[in-house]
Amino acid sequence: MDNNKNWIDQRFPLTKVWNEHLAEYYTPRNFNFWYFFGSLAILVLVIQILTGVFLTMHYKPDAALAFASVEYIMRDVDWGWLIRYIHSTGASAFFIVIYLHMYRGLLYGSYKAPRELIWVLGMVLYIALMAEAFMGYVLPWGQMSYWGAKVIINLFGSFPIVGELILEFILGDYAVGDPVLNRFFSLHVIAIPLILVILVFLHIVALHAVGSNNPDGVEIKQNKDENGIPKDGIPFHPYYSVKDIMGVVVFLMIFSSIVFFAPALNGYFLEAPNYIEANPLKTPDHIAPLWYLTPFYSVLRAIPPMFGSQLPGVLAMFAALLILIALPWLDRSKVKSIRYRSWPYKVALGIFVVSFIILGWLGMQAVTPLYSLMAQIFTGLYFAFFILMPWFTSIGKTKPVPERTTEH
Amino acid sequence: MSEQEIDLKKRRFLTGATSVVGAVGVGFVLVPFLSSWMPSARAKAAGAPVDVDITKLENGQLVRVLWRKKPIWIFKRDKTVLDNLPTLNNELTDPDNTEDQQPAYANNAYRSINPEIAVIIGICTHLGCSPTYRPEVGAADLGGDAWKGGFYCPCHGSKFDLSGRVYKGVPAPTNLVIPPYHFVTDSLIRLGIDPKAS
Amino acid sequence: MKTLLNTTLSAIAAMVISFNASASAVGVHLEAAKTDITDQASLQRGATSFMNNCSGCHSIELMRYNRIAKDLNISEADMAKNLMFNADKIGSPIFSSMPEDGAKEWFGTTPPDLSLTGIARGTDWIYTYLKGFYADETRPYGVNNHVLENAAMPDILWKSKQDKTEKEFNREVRDITNFLDYVAEPVKLIRYEIGVKVLGFLFILFILSYLLKQEYWKDVKYGKWRAKD
Repeated sequence: MDNNKNWIDQRFPLTKVWNEHLAEYYTPRNFNFWYFFGSLAILVLVIQILTGVFLTMHYKPDAALAFASVEYIMRDVDWGWLIRYIHSTGASAFFIVIYLHMYRGLLYGSYKAPRELIWVLGMVLYIALMAEAFMGYVLPWGQMSYWGAKVIINLFGSFPIVGELILEFILGDYAVGDPVLNRFFSLHVIAIPLILVILVFLHIVALHAVGSNNPDGVEIKQNKDENGIPKDGIPFHPYYSVKDIMGVVVFLMIFSSIVFFAPALNGYFLEAPNYIEANPLKTPDHIAPLWYLTPFYSVLRAIPPMFGSQLPGVLAMFAALLILIALPWLDRSKVKSIRYRSWPYKVALGIFVVSFIILGWLGMQAVTPLYSLMAQIFTGLYFAFFILMPWFTSIGKTKPVPERTTEH
Repeated sequence: MSEQEIDLKKRRFLTGATSVVGAVGVGFVLVPFLSSWMPSARAKAAGAPVDVDITKLENGQLVRVLWRKKPIWIFKRDKTVLDNLPTLNNELTDPDNTEDQQPAYANNAYRSINPEIAVIIGICTHLGCSPTYRPEVGAADLGGDAWKGGFYCPCHGSKFDLSGRVYKGVPAPTNLVIPPYHFVTDSLIRLGIDPKAS
Repeated sequence: MKTLLNTTLSAIAAMVISFNASASAVGVHLEAAKTDITDQASLQRGATSFMNNCSGCHSIELMRYNRIAKDLNISEADMAKNLMFNADKIGSPIFSSMPEDGAKEWFGTTPPDLSLTGIARGTDWIYTYLKGFYADETRPYGVNNHVLENAAMPDILWKSKQDKTEKEFNREVRDITNFLDYVAEPVKLIRYEIGVKVLGFLFILFILSYLLKQEYWKDVKYGKWRAKD
């Protein structure tokens, strides 16, 4: 056994990698509930890739065949229904996990120096994931797939002068049709997953270079014992590996409950109109993107057309997404964790989270004057969180941050 | 906070138990993924039994039909052909059907239910080409007088007699396969179902 | 600020109850179908009723005869004899017997395939629709429908409605609805059962992984993690 290990180690740094990233990767001992979601996100990525590989074996990326091929998977392929339900549930689960993972970052200031690049890489991951999910949703070629694709792609037509050209470029045609389905299939199955895997790798490399943050926001590397091991650190393996395994099992229980008992989750995960094949002649009564895209869809709808163009809304939507990247440089606070932050930040974070959730809900509703007004108010609050951040993170009294992590 | 000894035994037991149960779980997960490669309901429906009417089949005539995307030969043998078959036994690898290449009800001298009607899967047991039908006795390119009619595989030169038995000294190792079939009436063959099951 | 808060709260309250309503948007009150997919007898009656009343015009082409036979515990022989009107192979998809051109001529439109209607429209819609016909002399077949205004379909169940008691008629409509719910997602029959087993298994795994975690984390709790074996 040891001989084999030596043979490999002389040719590949197996033991070194194992130690650096698991057995001797020192992780703060005080991780709480919020720290499960990083490893869970990797789990969901693996689930999606595995089920995706098997779905691709039966799916037909052809406008004439796609819809029927999905139902073929649901009915004729042995266990195909399970593989598809895991994949469709996995898409939403991915976003639930990612949103909680990002919220953890906001709670404990995980994006602050020296972890800015981890945050930026994570944000790029998030945007890539949105593209991945959107393109995946087009593939079943139901009514929501078709009209959702149409609405989102048309956004790019609002750019002045080049809009029309961009549209034709994306469509490869003059309307949503077979070419879009085919290229989205290719991007969804090959290009974006590849990007996601590479970004996840970089995200973890950056994390392991600087070390994990923790609920107290103290840097454990500043307190080392005589062997150079952080006093508040414990090896990732076995302590966090066994803890994460437990987290994985709990996650799988919730995940399986949805897959087996409510795979459509009352229309939130799979929409009923998407069980009608795409029909270019008939728009469904009500179109909304799936829930994880709706906050940004709300921002889009909140901004009225100006100068006869949808462009301001489109720009606002992209701005709402991209502004998240600037977070590490907008936050002026001296402390990281919510535990020691001043009250203005706590209030602002609360308003931000509520705004985000309400924008998400509004994005699923048909437009009414009241809802439009609400969307405008909460869009304002959403942006205010970022624009006012340099101000409200520098006022108010912060609590003293302890030297060492606290027991929890 | 009290010091406590590490209970190594308990730790090993729990690690083992969790690993074993986890491995069983992985096994369960494999089932749906691997099953999804098996023929789907559509493939099974397409591979359903095929009926072939042989009312108009003449002596020496061969018809090819597709069953489960495989060519099936159905041809009629007259008395001369049937009498010739046993005389070839010395030149064949497996004249007595010892290899399991046919259903039990076709494991006889003529490898068929009704000696006159041969039903054979037309796929060479060497590498899967479909041999050509060469019924003419004494064909010069296939050994002259010794050739009593049979099948010749153009890919690698394997030869079979008119009941699908393989000749010695050719690449194909075994006799041609007989598919499951039965006679619904004297002139209607149903491919894909054994006689008893119907 | 206070009105904003009120708006927010009522919006959240509305969110909890409104999703279904907004999905079916049309604004017609739908009667609860109260179907029970585990009721095999109801599904069998529904299958019979569907084949006799509906399959002349409507396909359920995503479904195969032998799948229904297997799922609903009908023997393939019975299926072929009593319910297979439009095909000769038990593995065939279920097509209507109506030629497409004829349909256009007779109804002005092709009757839709009903394979996924149980999900796309929902059971309540189907149930209310089938019961929703009323006399209207201006329509080609003398009937109109409360749920789908100017429906092209005649009231195919009119004879049942006339001959049967209200309770029996409701049952027949419910059976057809139940059958269409099953047709829209055949695995609904088995996925709950499998789900219970999966959760049972995961629960055992959870207990073990929890104990394992507790065992290892004693080291952290008592500050002894470096005392490795």
